[in-house]
Amino acid sequence: MKANLKYILSWLVIMIAGFYLINALIMVGVIDDFIENMLVTIGINIILATGLNLIIGFSGQFSLGHAGFMAIGAYATAIITQHVSTELGFIVSLLVGMALAALIALVVGTATFTRLKGDYLAIATLGAAEIIRNIINNLKITGGSAGMFNIPQLCSWPTVYILVCLTTLVLMNFIRSKNGRAIKAVREDEIAAEAMGINTTKWKVAAFVIGATTAAIAGSLHASYIQTISPSNFGIMESISILVIVVLGGVGSMTGTFLAAVVLGVLDTVLQNFGALRMVIYAIALILIMIFKPSGLLGNWEFSLKNLGKHFGKKERG
Amino acid sequence: MEHLLQVEHAVRKFGGVTAVNDVSLHLDEHELVALIGPNGAGKTTLFNLLTGMVPVTSGKIDLRVDKQTYDLTSKNAVQIADLGLSRTFQNIRLFKNLTVMDNVLTAMTNKYKEGFLTTVFRLPSYYRTEKEMRAAAEKLLDIFDLTDSQALLAENLPYGTQRRLEIVRALATQPKILFLDEPAAGMNPEETADLTNLIKRVQKEFGITVLLIEHDMSLVMNLAERIYVLDQGELLATGTPEEIRTNNKVVEAYLGEGEV
Repeated sequence: MKANLKYILSWLVIMIAGFYLINALIMVGVIDDFIENMLVTIGINIILATGLNLIIGFSGQFSLGHAGFMAIGAYATAIITQHVSTELGFIVSLLVGMALAALIALVVGTATFTRLKGDYLAIATLGAAEIIRNIINNLKITGGSAGMFNIPQLCSWPTVYILVCLTTLVLMNFIRSKNGRAIKAVREDEIAAEAMGINTTKWKVAAFVIGATTAAIAGSLHASYIQTISPSNFGIMESISILVIVVLGGVGSMTGTFLAAVVLGVLDTVLQNFGALRMVIYAIALILIMIFKPSGLLGNWEFSLKNLGKHFGKKERG
Repeated sequence: MEHLLQVEHAVRKFGGVTAVNDVSLHLDEHELVALIGPNGAGKTTLFNLLTGMVPVTSGKIDLRVDKQTYDLTSKNAVQIADLGLSRTFQNIRLFKNLTVMDNVLTAMTNKYKEGFLTTVFRLPSYYRTEKEMRAAAEKLLDIFDLTDSQALLAENLPYGTQRRLEIVRALATQPKILFLDEPAAGMNPEETADLTNLIKRVQKEFGITVLLIEHDMSLVMNLAERIYVLDQGELLATGTPEEIRTNNKVVEAYLGEGEV
């Protein structure tokens, strides 16, 4: 019990320290608006990609519809905060977006996971996301294909930072529990999982719903920070670029997702001057990784304070 | 008399092939029964029918638990597992990339409650259930001498150990009936003898019913109280090990008819 408390406190200290570190760097001027913008984008991508990694890496289901759920969160925030332009309005819009995304994911998931696997599932989720995008495209309240602008900026980097910490905490704790083991069992062997009484459809849908909810959070942050959104932001290319982060970092490693989001975020910023060449370099980086490290940067390795502690403990004794 | 598990006229056809043809059998509580037969006799298909992995074409399978009768033909694999039927697989189906410990813990999923909020926010009750689950798993692993390898990935275990882990995993679901599909396949005589004792011990200790498919006759004759013999999908004979050993039809099915 004491040891558990130690790890919880250590993580809390790390999170708070990270916050003050960024804060200090901004005050000193090391982090300017440009870099702050990059950090926020990385944060949003982390939320998106960790959620997708839960679906792809842990429950083993291939989803290409992540951007659709991001759109739900983004539009919920855009619409609500344009009417209620307060912090509370933002929080409400965040929750509404999450609830809506969860509900739609539940419907889509239940319909597809009972019958489809692998490539077929990818197509079905892609279709679902396109339906969401097309509905948004044709509604008046969402501004149609022109999108929405002048969305009040109610979130700044601390909001993003806190939500990155929160979603990561929720996802990691979820994975390292009875529920997480059930989800991993579904990935490993569905027949054996069913023989152990694990309802495979239920756990696949659970992972899908949680992943979709995190995508909605990221969407809300995106809308409020960037202040302009349009349906074309949430097409298949967005889904794929989230997938790229997951695959690059290592399918089944949240630590890898963090690393890949940061690497790609920095690369993206550095390459901004190259314009169209950006996507080419992106693609080459991906191909190289797939050739030399097919399991992604970190495979399924996960950072853990507990193992770090053991490692250093050994060194001291030895 | 009511049996724990009663199979009546079970038939399973795959296209034109009748894999299981009109098989009737029963299992009682605390029994250790073997199912033998030549390759392709339909033993594994029968297991699949009993555990709901494959639906029956026709026939009845009834489970009687706590004075209630459940019709298993209308239930799926998950529901049947929840009713207390657990199994191992002929071609080992462990969760390969999970640790030995996690393999066992996973099988306990339905036996313990852990709410979403308690796990996500690591409330005290999360640590309590995890501790209980781990203690129960450690006890099982200890019986099967797997305590030292609990942190290893299942795929890195030697073949015989993987088979033992599968039995542990099946036991972790707290079954009433345990189906073992060739538990001694690929084991040397020494390992087989160890396994024979283990199965006997587990069956006694946990008070469960065991039905096992096995080709190793030393294990079958040592363990089984009753034997069913399956040949080409049909029940050929049933009886005590002694009766089966001297049954001409069984000898013929295994060795072919004599020409002399």
